[in-house]
Amino acid sequence: MSDHDITLSVNGTTIARRVPARRTLLDFLRSDLGLTGTHAGCEHGVCGACTVLVDGLAVRSCLMFAVQADAAKVSTIEGVANEDGTLHPVQQAMHDNHGLQCGFCTPGIVMTLKSMTEAGKSASRDEMAAALSGHICRCTGYQGILKAVDLLSGRGE
Amino acid sequence: MKPPPFDYFAPETLEEALSLLAEYGDEAQPLAGGQSLVPMLALRMSRPAVLIDLRHLNELRGIAMDGTGLRLGAMTTQAEALASQQVAQALPGLCDALHLVGHFQTRNRGTIGGSISLGEPAAENPAFALALEADLELCSVRGTRIINATQFYTGPYSTARADDELLTAIRYCPANWARIGIEEIAQRQGDFALSGLVANLEIDGHRIAKASLAWLGMGSTPLRAPSAEAALCGADIATLDLEEVAELALGDTDPLEDSHASIAYRCQAGRTILTRLLGRLLAERSPVA
Ligand code: FES
Ligand code: FES
Repeated sequence: MSDHDITLSVNGTTIARRVPARRTLLDFLRSDLGLTGTHAGCEHGVCGACTVLVDGLAVRSCLMFAVQADAAKVSTIEGVANEDGTLHPVQQAMHDNHGLQCGFCTPGIVMTLKSMTEAGKSASRDEMAAALSGHICRCTGYQGILKAVDLLSGRGE
Repeated sequence: MKPPPFDYFAPETLEEALSLLAEYGDEAQPLAGGQSLVPMLALRMSRPAVLIDLRHLNELRGIAMDGTGLRLGAMTTQAEALASQQVAQALPGLCDALHLVGHFQTRNRGTIGGSISLGEPAAENPAFALALEADLELCSVRGTRIINATQFYTGPYSTARADDELLTAIRYCPANWARIGIEEIAQRQGDFALSGLVANLEIDGHRIAKASLAWLGMGSTPLRAPSAEAALCGADIATLDLEEVAELALGDTDPLEDSHASIAYRCQAGRTILTRLLGRLLAERSPVA
């Protein structure tokens, strides 16, 4: 099995590591970097808990090898809130609308919604709701998350 | 749920990729977006010794329109195709199909070419290529050949692609007046279809001049429905009995029973989808010339 040197940016910090080819980006973030906010659910692309942003796009980190993130910019849930601890608008909307209970699915959902509401993006309420089909939540019944989506798309109060 | 060990290459050029494929043959697996292959590795359904990642091959990306049709580089992601004005204008039916492929997050990495070369029987891209009789461009160190999608799917997850070949581009040349659509039934949005159908109809006045139908999820490969197509060809739209066409089209399938659906369920779903889809396409008004 081949090993590879990679250099990438994770939440704005440049990181250089050597990884075995089969290490997923998910395991790299959690085990090599200790960034355990990205959750490992199914590890085969079904649940969405592992969603991170790679070069601004929401992707499943269990369906990508760390070696494929060489030279990429990766953002994880750890980099979402402001430095002073105030929440990102997506986090605040999830909080205010009871969009989470146990929180297992939450980091992935926040990353998907963050990618769709970033400056210059204008995803509609329906597009965001459709993107949520890529996430499984066993607790909330989704209604609180959809309320957060209403708020983020300018439809909620 | 961890992939078995493999050696990894990320060639910088197409030539380099093709010579790696020539060297490793059936031990190697090309890696496109990985949205099907990586789960197959995680579930140990596939154990290639070598992965050849195509991510640096910019020559395999991009969408171009020319006099004869729409050419999609095999590494074009599903999200890129969905965002393309050219695709929306030249082949809106492809957008309808791509909206059904996986989820927002998997479409950001999943590619058109990866999906077509895997040939998952319940996936949208292979059935779409089959219904539209897309030309597929295969490259190897031996040269380039074009094969039609109708010749490509040879068995369950097996295709006419030789081990040293790479799918580099897909070319769609729909007739200007074609009416193209897709319908499917899945348990949840983004899941594989329990039953689905792509239809490509050419209408001439009050008759159907040409019809091609491709099923997804109704056999061990994407499947055309030749008996139904023959019945549709030349048929008068006003007197067409879609239930009869559905029975013929189901006769061309070989659905499998699994934990998700029985054969009877798949057939009933297929009947519903076919009448719904053809009813919708036949009711569309022809663009005024
Ligand atoms: S852990 Fe990646 S999709 Fe479930
Ligand atoms: S909050 Fe528990 S899984 Fe979503």
